[in-house]
Amino acid sequence: MKYAILVYETPEEFAERDDDAARATYWGAYTAYGQALGQGGVAAGGAGLLPPQTATTVRVRGGSRQVLDGPYADTKEQLGGFFLIEAADLDAAIAWAEKCPSVTRGSVEIRPVMTM
Amino acid sequence: MHPAERVARESYGKLVAWLAASSRDVAAAEDALADAFAAALGTWPTRGVPDNPEGWLYAAAKRRLIDAARHRAVVRDAEPRVAAAAEEIDEAMRENADIPDRRLGLLFACAHPAIDPGVRTALMLQTVLGFNADRIAAAFMVEPQAMGQRLVRAKRKIRDAGVGFEIPASEDWPTRIGPVLDAIYAAYAEGWRDADGSEGAHREFAEEAIWLGRVLVRAAPQDAEAMGLLALMLHLEARKAARRDASGAYVPLKKQDVSRWNEALIQEAETLLFRAAGLRSIGRFQLEAAIQSAHAARRRSGVTDWKAIVGLYDALATMTASPVVLLNRAAAVAETGDAAAALEACDALSGALGDYQPWWALRAHLLDVLGRGSEARAAYAEAIAREHDPAVMKFLAEKAAGGAATVE
Repeated sequence: MKYAILVYETPEEFAERDDDAARATYWGAYTAYGQALGQGGVAAGGAGLLPPQTATTVRVRGGSRQVLDGPYADTKEQLGGFFLIEAADLDAAIAWAEKCPSVTRGSVEIRPVMTM
Repeated sequence: MHPAERVARESYGKLVAWLAASSRDVAAAEDALADAFAAALGTWPTRGVPDNPEGWLYAAAKRRLIDAARHRAVVRDAEPRVAAAAEEIDEAMRENADIPDRRLGLLFACAHPAIDPGVRTALMLQTVLGFNADRIAAAFMVEPQAMGQRLVRAKRKIRDAGVGFEIPASEDWPTRIGPVLDAIYAAYAEGWRDADGSEGAHREFAEEAIWLGRVLVRAAPQDAEAMGLLALMLHLEARKAARRDASGAYVPLKKQDVSRWNEALIQEAETLLFRAAGLRSIGRFQLEAAIQSAHAARRRSGVTDWKAIVGLYDALATMTASPVVLLNRAAAVAETGDAAAALEACDALSGALGDYQPWWALRAHLLDVLGRGSEARAAYAEAIAREHDPAVMKFLAEKAAGGAATVE
């Protein structure tokens, strides 16, 4: 089955991306994770996302377009990126999600990908 | 009992587990199996029961599943899986082999951490043991429709999220076994509440929970807590007959006639507990079983060692931090002669257990012992208002009317 591993990061993690002292550790962890997924033969795609300050939310209500600054939900942890993996079952997906760098600080959500 | 019914009872969970293992679609497996049972009821009485009724039902259900999958194959790329499944049944029928038992895997799927904890026991009762949603809803005092919806949601989660039917690897075993034990014990507790057997379905839950406990101990002989759980259930079950007197009245544990306890079940429980202790991995269920073992010792010694029981509750309280454990500890403290300390401990739990029948019943008893009669009667009334079992209600009413001197 194909699963999306959605990475919800804390504001501190987003800040580390551009912090001179923390940048190398932050990106190093994701690079290593991406390599591990590749070596494990499960990597099937994914992308990192710019921080929630860059988000724009669009809705159409009653035929008129509403464009708002910011992410759709104002929560402390925000979507920072996702990985797509190919795994035998949910337990295998959990085992990979548990290795994701954000897992000890933010939250990692697993969603099965729709089959069309 | 009709042969199809007998096979249904013995094979239901086994067939569901096997039929759903590759697709993880429990609901589809149950539907296909229901059709197969209907077909069996139609043909077996006239043509006779097949030599391998389980294999017959499996083949019939598998065909239904394949038909259903073919319908879906238009939108989903199911054709290769359908072909593989067809091959599998042909092979099974050729070899006339026994259906491998994957019920334990199904049990682990039902109690998977990704499944809502509130529905795990019900899901297990339905998919592994074949109880229908209405009976489960009645036992859990939930509207049948609400129970049905929760079960449907949980089965969809298993299918769509890809919850595996695998038995966890040894490194995952310790975290995965806990919810399975909890779900089995919850099924037992549902059955145990109904000691007079006025509702058969409840009693069956207790028997089936013990049966699942045995399956688990056989499958995982290295797991001390699985043994602890089975020992606990057997100790409680051993007292089934003694929980009601000849007139059907409720008899509390300390008044039970020990000659009515089932010695064989007690012996089996004691052996299990001894084996579990040898594994040196203490846990909640072993401690609970040890407490029941201490009660069972009364059949030999004639007395109950309440100090030892308080000590076991202390250990259990450290492990679980459960208010119910603290309440039981308070009851044991009262039996050592210190009703004032017991009442103090009981009152400290009012926030957590203020709506719990046993909390009111213990509080009433302690007030009574301490000579605070009018407060005791008020507390008994509160306890009765929170009880559903008529025999227990009658028992509490008699205690309220009689006072400490006559009852204790």
